[in-house]
Amino acid sequence: MFTVLMYVVAFGFLVLSFIKDKKKTFLALKKAWKSFENIMPQFLSILVIIGIMLAVLSPEVISGLIGEKSGWLGMLMASLIGSITLIPGFVAFPLASALLKSGAGFMQIAVFISTLMMVGIVTIPLEIKYFGKKAAILRNSLAFVFSFIVAIAIGVVLR
Amino acid sequence: MKMLLKRYKYFLVLLVINIVVYGLYPSVGQKSIDITWSNALEMLSVIPPIFILLGLLDVWVQRDTMIKLMGEKSGVLGVLIAFFLGSAAAGPLYAAFPIAGVFLQKGSKFSNVLIFIGAWSTTKIPMLLFEASSMGWKFMATRFVIDIPGIMLIAYITEKLLNEREKQHIYEQASFNNE
Repeated sequence: MFTVLMYVVAFGFLVLSFIKDKKKTFLALKKAWKSFENIMPQFLSILVIIGIMLAVLSPEVISGLIGEKSGWLGMLMASLIGSITLIPGFVAFPLASALLKSGAGFMQIAVFISTLMMVGIVTIPLEIKYFGKKAAILRNSLAFVFSFIVAIAIGVVLR
Repeated sequence: MKMLLKRYKYFLVLLVINIVVYGLYPSVGQKSIDITWSNALEMLSVIPPIFILLGLLDVWVQRDTMIKLMGEKSGVLGVLIAFFLGSAAAGPLYAAFPIAGVFLQKGSKFSNVLIFIGAWSTTKIPMLLFEASSMGWKFMATRFVIDIPGIMLIAYITEKLLNEREKQHIYEQASFNNE
């Protein structure tokens, strides 16, 4: 749905741009292609890493790791899995909701979701390319710590 | 050709690893190939509009305009724009970095770029709706409310901990990446 919306918006602007200035529009498309081509090697590597990782860390394996352990150890486990894996939201949320039903705690799930979204160890080489080593590591470490704060807040609200 | 091999060396190494895994554990290897393939298709379907918008942004939005909107002195407006652009997007986080690169190159404040990245990673509107439907509104709302200050805090602390030289290097790198 939103992907369609993105296409509509992008195409709309493209047409508008074309009407205003053909030359600039072609330049924009050239830039678009160049930027894409520029990070193609990283994109492809990320895709293969995600493939191997998710084949090993299947939803069943993740449930086993997060589901049975509770308390701080469970949270630590959940945060580590969340940090290293890269699961799209439409897979992650149903997985999280299934984990809840099978007995995982809200705090473990919250830290898992939060690290999954904010911390990206697989994508850190790409992030370093744009933000430099220090900023990328800082952002990810802070996001990791922050995920525990999110978990505590969820724990307080949804006890 | 040599250049191409060099650029894609990590990808090629990973492919070899995948093939080795396939040889040792056929079921895991097959599954990983399936996942990679479906993710690649997913990526190819989501990414074109993102890069078209990136190209248009690069060509049409003047540096002066960007500095006014998201630059050093943009204040609350810059923060709001960063949140809005990140939340309105669709696509994986790794597609956001090239756009962040263009923002930097055009003179956006570093903390605003980090807010954009934070919003893209957690407060994307389509994701929030999906989160609410599978985890419940209370879970989603709690996370959303605490994520907003959290994203800002992460952005400001990260920027504060970088010295001028490091920041300058990031901006130089951004222009270089976009050449």
